[in-house]
Amino acid sequence: MFEQDKKISLRQWFKDGEAFIWLNAAAVSVSVVAVIGLLLLLAVRGFGHFWPADIMQADYQLPNSAAIRVIGEVVESEQVPVEQIRGAGFAIAGNQPFVKRSLIKQGNRDVTGLDFAWVLNDYLSNISYPETLMAVERYEWGNFYGYLTGLKQAGEPVAQADDKTLWQDFEQRIQRAAGLHEQIKQIEKSDIGKVNYQLERLRLQERGLELNRSLSASKRAQQKSDIALERAALDSHYQVLQAQLLALYEQVNRDSFTAETMGGEQVEIPLAHVVHAYQPNAMNVIDKSWAYALKFWEFLTDEPREANTEGGIFPAIFGTIMMVLLMSVMVTPFGVIAAVYLREYAKQGPLTRTVRIAVNNLAGVPSIVYGVFGLGFFIYFIGAELDQIFFQNALPAPTFGTPGLLWASLTLALLTLPVVIVSTEEGLSRIPKALREGSLALGATKAETLWRVVLPMASPAMMTGLILAVARAAGEVAPLMLVGVVKLAPSLPLDANYPYLHLDQKFMHLGFHIFDVGFQSPNVEAARPLVYATALLLVVIIALLNFSAVALRNHLREKYKSLEM
Amino acid sequence: MKNTAPTSPVVPAARSLHLERLSGWRKAKDSLANLVISAGGMGVLMAILLIFFYLFYEIMPLFKSAHIQPQSSYELSAVDSSDSLFLAMEEQAEVALMLNRAGQAQFFNAATGASVHQAQLPLTAAVTSWALNSEQQPLQALGMANGQVLLAQPKYRISYPDDQRVITPSIEYPFGEQPLVIADAPLTKVAVRDTEEQLLIVAVAKGKLTGRLFNKEEDFLSEELTLEEQPFTIPEVDIVPQWLLLGPDQRWLYVVSQDGAYRVINIRDEAVAASGRLLERGQLTQVRFLLGGISLLAADNRGEISQWFMVREDGKLPRLEKIRAFKASDSAIEQLVVEHRRKGFITINQQQQLDVFYTTSGRQLLSEPVIGAAISDIAVAPRANRVLSRDTNGQFSYWQLENEHPEVSWSVLWQKVWYESYQEPDYIWQSSASNNDFEPKYSFTPLAFGTLKAAFYAMLLATPLAIGGAIYTAYFMTPAVRRKVKPLIELMEALPTVILGFLAGLWLAPFFERNLPGVFAIFMLFPLGILLFGYLWSQLPSRIRLAVPDGWHAILLIPVVIAITWACIASSGLLELWFFHGDMRAWLTHDLGISFDQRNAMVVGVAMGFAVVPTIFSITEDAVFSVPKSLSYGSLALGATPWQTLVGVVIPTASPGIFSALMIGMGRAVGETMIVLMATGNTPIMDANIFEGMRTLAANIAVEIGETEVDSSHFRVLFLAAFVLFMFTFVVNTIAEIVRQRLRKKYGSL
Repeated sequence: MFEQDKKISLRQWFKDGEAFIWLNAAAVSVSVVAVIGLLLLLAVRGFGHFWPADIMQADYQLPNSAAIRVIGEVVESEQVPVEQIRGAGFAIAGNQPFVKRSLIKQGNRDVTGLDFAWVLNDYLSNISYPETLMAVERYEWGNFYGYLTGLKQAGEPVAQADDKTLWQDFEQRIQRAAGLHEQIKQIEKSDIGKVNYQLERLRLQERGLELNRSLSASKRAQQKSDIALERAALDSHYQVLQAQLLALYEQVNRDSFTAETMGGEQVEIPLAHVVHAYQPNAMNVIDKSWAYALKFWEFLTDEPREANTEGGIFPAIFGTIMMVLLMSVMVTPFGVIAAVYLREYAKQGPLTRTVRIAVNNLAGVPSIVYGVFGLGFFIYFIGAELDQIFFQNALPAPTFGTPGLLWASLTLALLTLPVVIVSTEEGLSRIPKALREGSLALGATKAETLWRVVLPMASPAMMTGLILAVARAAGEVAPLMLVGVVKLAPSLPLDANYPYLHLDQKFMHLGFHIFDVGFQSPNVEAARPLVYATALLLVVIIALLNFSAVALRNHLREKYKSLEM
Repeated sequence: MKNTAPTSPVVPAARSLHLERLSGWRKAKDSLANLVISAGGMGVLMAILLIFFYLFYEIMPLFKSAHIQPQSSYELSAVDSSDSLFLAMEEQAEVALMLNRAGQAQFFNAATGASVHQAQLPLTAAVTSWALNSEQQPLQALGMANGQVLLAQPKYRISYPDDQRVITPSIEYPFGEQPLVIADAPLTKVAVRDTEEQLLIVAVAKGKLTGRLFNKEEDFLSEELTLEEQPFTIPEVDIVPQWLLLGPDQRWLYVVSQDGAYRVINIRDEAVAASGRLLERGQLTQVRFLLGGISLLAADNRGEISQWFMVREDGKLPRLEKIRAFKASDSAIEQLVVEHRRKGFITINQQQQLDVFYTTSGRQLLSEPVIGAAISDIAVAPRANRVLSRDTNGQFSYWQLENEHPEVSWSVLWQKVWYESYQEPDYIWQSSASNNDFEPKYSFTPLAFGTLKAAFYAMLLATPLAIGGAIYTAYFMTPAVRRKVKPLIELMEALPTVILGFLAGLWLAPFFERNLPGVFAIFMLFPLGILLFGYLWSQLPSRIRLAVPDGWHAILLIPVVIAITWACIASSGLLELWFFHGDMRAWLTHDLGISFDQRNAMVVGVAMGFAVVPTIFSITEDAVFSVPKSLSYGSLALGATPWQTLVGVVIPTASPGIFSALMIGMGRAVGETMIVLMATGNTPIMDANIFEGMRTLAANIAVEIGETEVDSSHFRVLFLAAFVLFMFTFVVNTIAEIVRQRLRKKYGSL
């Protein structure tokens, strides 16, 4: 123990290799810090988005220019070398090395054209957070920030800025508009969508009649008149719905409010455009938490607005789940059969070994290659054939000869097949031989042994494989871009119209949503918080799936440990 | 029931029959299961093979040669075809046109020879010369003995009465039926070039070059064209013009003599810009423009066809450069026609051999002898799927030509190619452009370079992190910590790459750009800081050191890592101020001349590095951990330090596993799509600069495959890229897998 206290020389320290051990340890630390940091970054940015931020009001006066009033949420602040600011053309006095600048979300894109602006903090003065400042989320043009100055009904002023009940009145009217919006949505999406769907089916039937040359003339005329009759009925129904819609639109457009922007302009905005309105500076923590919960719920259950940069991501969640479910249905039986074949039925020899290596390696083939294969083989080869045989009525518009849900699921099933095979095989190999032999010795056939003994014992392994496959599929984007994912799908692949599940439809996907909104949207700055939230959601889903797979695997190992010698 | 008493030694007949029936049923079930599972298993394995074969099947046509097949043969009785000027087919290759020297235009069914329409051109004198504007816009100039030029153009109107396609041909005179006067002597040669604004006609009269340039003005209401002459002169040339060729931008006039001398006249400067010879010995037999009018094709009597175009280098006079040459035989080239949509051409030589070439790829796609009399005229359909020829006996032959993908060859994909309008041969990937006469540039080299560049920078970061981390985790770390750390790092493997890519593109790239000096400081100070901390730790009194159990280094270092990172980023601004005049980006660009993209290889390296760390980490960790403990105990017992044991015993034993981990990590980095797609600018450049982006094979597929026409050459080239990726990763992974299995076997014996 004396040695422990002896000081080691630097040279000796290196010679013993202590230095390298520290460096190796640092590699672990860096990796751990990176993983945790990344998750924290996503969590902070993703969860932070829904918190109703305070709205700042300040006077902003740059040297040699007039003072303006700035209203908005402070998104971020940073220190910048003063040289860079000068290089950008700002005449800044003083010799401090850095200036602080903040990114302000000032909204009002319809008024100012820009909803984000950088300001230099040194030139901000009279910073305040007035309670009457309001933020209005709108269906168009992003957020509005400003002071509520009045309400109008059918163009006539009904309330003024000094009314005590102005804000309550405002909220009530928003509620009313929201209710009407709900009705409009119901008619537009559901009722009219149904009529349109049926009209399209009639069109296809009619086209089928034209193509069907074996039909007698009288029968053809009969069917044609049937179709015409049905169409007339649908058309009249459509007219009714249209009239209802018109009336609703008229009602919803009744109210509007006037407000003062940061530039002092008075603007009038119809209440039909308002999603929510709130006064964050007047809200306490409980109010804000409630608003936070509401917004988070809206994010999960609503449809996207404004080119996906606002609103919710429900169709993307739904599409991802649908795709993953379909993929699971396809990949499980085939993966299990292939694994059973390799482990229980095929003769173990060089060939089987080669096949096993090949299957293993397929897991390492770039996913984009699967996408290319899916596009070429499934869509342009099989899909086009299917169209020729079964969907001739719809040609030249392709039904299955175009990217869609079915092909995306199939492509991902192929992509995840190795995962299921490898995992199931591992499970099968863990089952002690004695169990099989016992079963066979009792007179069971091979199939019975497999069905009654082997497969039940291997089922947790299959589950593990499936969960890993699902986790992989849920996060995969590159192949999906080629075989069926779109940025905005007009309807969900599952709805109330026969045949309910529309395998030929394109769909939205969380991973692609991130790519699309983050990189192809016109207003990346505005969309960014939403992308973080989406990414966080995806990570949480996949991490949960993975952890459950690991837990399942460990559980399985524990269970059969006693059987192994 | 009494019969089935367990003590009964004899099984009664009825039960035995029942059992037998049952066993028959069970046997059937068993063999059914056997069948289903074998079929299913084989089917799945077949499906996996299918990927390979399907990709192969899609790319095979790229390397197929062309085929030609005679379809029909006939004579044209309605009109004299012996002295034809022009033979062509329209888009569908259904109607053909033959124009003869007497000014008769005969439209006929290309497959049968049946007359469709006949027209007589309003000639004012005998035709002495003839020229074509271009294959796509077949405006004809007929030079006459009285020095006048008649301009005529065939037009095809398509209508669908009763759902049947009907093509109605006609001859139109876009500049009126009245010929234009060019000179007052017979025009022995003529050239014409028509653009949106101007019409230019150049001719040879009395051995001298002469020409007229007109501004076109269109009346908005009547759409009538009026020509307004622009004065211009053509310089004298000292050769006997045999071919006159006018470039499409009306800038270059190429004058070529029979023996190969050329003069290039710059019409705008009205001066000779270049002169020289297209060939040293022999005689030229044909000189034509390739599609687009940039390249000249010169065929000679020794069987060679050479491609030339004007090359403009900075600070030098433009010159006509020989780009490449094609030679199928030694026999003189008699006929030369160019394709209408691609940079390909067809020749017929004296021996009646038909050859199909493609310029960019340098391929000879077909060489086939033609039976029958000598061919005097040949035309290729706009879609390059039909060929029409006429022999000296007046017999027309209609051929089907199959030549789908001549653009791709080994040299196009991997070697430098001299593309039109480029200064020198280069590796270029540019698959599409807005104009129709564009030369597609399918070089995989910049893409492969980009792929390897991205993989290299990713591996540069991932290798030390993953291997160092794995060694420490497997060999030094306490099991309790290891059980926590391993799943955490492996969780990263499951992290969707789209999220890493999004963070890299939208968060990391701007972050790096803002804190460039700090980021570099991190890379430099990191090892130093760690070592310093480690050494100081070793100098601490043992009381403190021993309070922390062995194998906790990594935990101790976490605050150090965070502190170093934070310090570097926080001081980034100051560093920038002290060393780089407050703006490192500007300093890089202006002082060092290094261009800087925000989304660059460094960002990709870091993001993709983190994506491959878990892959390498996990496999290396397994390899190191499964080295039998007896080996290291033996080494330690002999007095080696833990590090010496690691380096001398454990790592050599685990090295195949580490190698395979690196290979698999590399395979993943090469095939990764989303990170590269989002974290680089996706420009296909070849530059190893860490501050510039790249385009990888995988990202290229993702970017382009949505926009291509199905089964086009571009589509198949993208499949080829996928195939290359597939093969590369498959081979790399197979090697890694085999190495790993060897390793496993070796451990089994220990």
